[in-house]
Amino acid sequence: MTTTTEQPRDGFKLSMLLNDTRYRSLTLQFIALILLIGAIAFLISNLFANLAANGLDISWAFLGEPAGYDINQRPIEYDSRSTHWRAAVVGVLNTLIVAFLACVTATILGVIAGVLRLSKNWLVGKLMAVYVEMFRNVPVLIWILIIFSIMIAVAPGPRAYRGDNAEWSMFLDIIAFTNRGIYVPSPYFTAGFFDSSLYNWLLVLAVLVGSFFGARSLSAWATVKQEATGIRPTIWYYSLAIWIVPAVLLLLIMGMSWDVPALKGFNFQGGLQIRGSLIALWFALAIYTGAFIAENVRAGILAVSKGQTEAASALGLRPNRVMSLVVLPQAMRVIIPPLISQYLNITKNSSLAIAVGYMDITGTLGGITLNQTGRAIEAILLLMLFYLTISLSISAVMNVYNNAVKLKER
Amino acid sequence: MSDVPATRSVAFVRHEQIAPSPPPLGTGGPIAWLRENLFDGFWNTILTLTAAYVVYLLFVSAFPWIANGLWYTDSLKECREALNNQVGACFSVLTERWHQLLFGIAYPSDEYWRPSLAFILLFAAAAPVMFFDLPRKLLIFTGLYPFIAYYLIWGGTILSPIMALAGFVAGYYVYSLYVRDSFFKGAGGGVAAALLVWIASSYLIPLVASDTPWLQAVASRDLGGFMLNMILGVTCVSLSLPLGILLALGRQSDMPIIKWICVVFIEFIRGVPLITLLFVANVVLAYFLPPGTNFDLVLRVIIMITLFSAAYIAEVIRGGLAALPRGQYEAGDSLGLDYPQAMRLIILPQALKISIPGIVNVAVGLFKDTTLVSVISMFDLVGMIRGPIVESAQWKGIYWELFMFASVLFFVICYGISQYSQWLERRLATDHR
Repeated sequence: MTTTTEQPRDGFKLSMLLNDTRYRSLTLQFIALILLIGAIAFLISNLFANLAANGLDISWAFLGEPAGYDINQRPIEYDSRSTHWRAAVVGVLNTLIVAFLACVTATILGVIAGVLRLSKNWLVGKLMAVYVEMFRNVPVLIWILIIFSIMIAVAPGPRAYRGDNAEWSMFLDIIAFTNRGIYVPSPYFTAGFFDSSLYNWLLVLAVLVGSFFGARSLSAWATVKQEATGIRPTIWYYSLAIWIVPAVLLLLIMGMSWDVPALKGFNFQGGLQIRGSLIALWFALAIYTGAFIAENVRAGILAVSKGQTEAASALGLRPNRVMSLVVLPQAMRVIIPPLISQYLNITKNSSLAIAVGYMDITGTLGGITLNQTGRAIEAILLLMLFYLTISLSISAVMNVYNNAVKLKER
Repeated sequence: MSDVPATRSVAFVRHEQIAPSPPPLGTGGPIAWLRENLFDGFWNTILTLTAAYVVYLLFVSAFPWIANGLWYTDSLKECREALNNQVGACFSVLTERWHQLLFGIAYPSDEYWRPSLAFILLFAAAAPVMFFDLPRKLLIFTGLYPFIAYYLIWGGTILSPIMALAGFVAGYYVYSLYVRDSFFKGAGGGVAAALLVWIASSYLIPLVASDTPWLQAVASRDLGGFMLNMILGVTCVSLSLPLGILLALGRQSDMPIIKWICVVFIEFIRGVPLITLLFVANVVLAYFLPPGTNFDLVLRVIIMITLFSAAYIAEVIRGGLAALPRGQYEAGDSLGLDYPQAMRLIILPQALKISIPGIVNVAVGLFKDTTLVSVISMFDLVGMIRGPIVESAQWKGIYWELFMFASVLFFVICYGISQYSQWLERRLATDHR
């Protein structure tokens, strides 16, 4: 390489590719591109060489073959003659179920713990600090295993419920805690409009959505009235009625009844069985992530400056109006983004299901299907694609939200 | 008004001041503290009583269990008999199996001093990085530590760590020769020199290495227990820091191709759970390596975990880079520094300082995540507990003691690190003094 000492002339020289900032970035990018393409080509050629050496190929046909294994928690129809693809779909639904349950529970726990940690009560504050530090600093896998062993080792077998003076009796005569899981009553319809119970539930959901919009328009009407007259009409009992009456009426018309679990033979029959693996995963994820959410909530509330609270009080707002109109809207802007990334973490950590045998997507597609068919590359590619889709769509939603709530500065 | 005669003066005049009487009992001292902090109003009192009851319940259930614990019995059955239906823990599983919990099943028991020594030396190596007041000369030991630790833990011929070190020394020497000329020249030359030394030694070492090394060689698959968690945690965090810095700089750069390579890599890694990456290390990665090569599982796992945490660290450092005022970048330009100089001397020191809490969070999370390797049947601490110990005939059915031990180990380390990071943050706070 040459170093020029004289004044650079206008003509192009090869050394300018490295030494002139106008061209250097092009050179570097070109080198990076070449390296990237080279690396990918190297990996792909290795892949094909290895596949050829082992007599394998890349094929997606295994997804259409019968899976041949059972899944103990089936949100949709599935049996061992179903295809691997259907097994994967069951796994996806199971992942979404546990992630949803854990997100809701973690949010409730986290908000309570975060607010209580800021409370003036010394004992409660310290207790919450202990909770947060204890759960944040121990791996979530250990918590999952601890709760799972509680379910297995401490809860009694169904046998303990047998006989006239059994060791254990059902809680309120409807809920049974056993080492096979918790049995709770499940609702069903005797006179549903559709044969499939799924459609009946969707109908209930549709009515609830209708109630939501009804309640919202009622509240909007009240706001219009308030702006016109200065007095907000009392509407809470109307909106309560809008929420409850149609749904209850529908349930009554469809003849909703409860299927209560009962001990028959060696096991409980009827009702809904919530398995130990689901409970372990659900509670461990909820408690663990709840500790992180508590810290986010605390940070969010502390981020609202004291002047805001004082200004609101000076305007004559009452303490709960100060909280709901001034502090919370500002704290939310700080709390929501990390909250959503915690939801993302829950979804990703739910893949630890495989440690306790909960059949989520990692357990079906990445576990049994992979081991039975030996299609490691295809199965893991699909698995990653699933998680990637969820992550990217949640981040997209988050970006939209961030843009909506960010401070509008001029 | 007539003057009052002196004899008819007031009956009593106090000449000394009365000592101030103590405040009412409820407004000072411990009682006031109790009233203000614990029993301030109806709901607060209920909250306090509930909390106190929870603490009481925890204490009542945990204390006899720990206090009655037995430390020296040979099996769970024997322990249960000795406890004689009392509530009590069987900590004897810890004393009987401590070597498996800490070092795994297969690590030769005569050699336990080696990883232990490496662990103790870790503190000496980490000290000058963590505490800036220590003499800077100690950093030389920190630089040597990876090679010493590798030699202590894996053993075998001493030539491999020495030649690895020689590669780095040669690389650094060439780099310092040419860096004044141009950073790219220096870096390229350094990498080339290091690679040259390593390739040469890979042919040389098998020829000269003796068959009976001073330290017995231990295969990677024999590593286990908490030692494996420590190895994975320390190695992956140290390796992912430089990689994360490079990725963050790449993502912030003006060059679109480099930027997009980094963005795609970071978003891909952050979008998938660590378990899927460990599956890749376990079953897929071998397909992408040249036929005939045989990386052992620990190395493959280290690669994947490093990539994983590098993506997270890159995001943290990007936050630090974005938080710097634009004037800092412009100041670097106006001083006539080129990009590598400006980064090394002006931007990165400040950006890294801002990112310390985030980096420590990632490090703690990563250390906790090393337990996930038990899912791909490696016998780390959790893998040892779930596999060989709980399945053994002597200790079948024991959970609490083992999980408590694991939780305490992780808690002590993770809590310690986060306390250190808070101290460091206060220490580095140069702005609001």
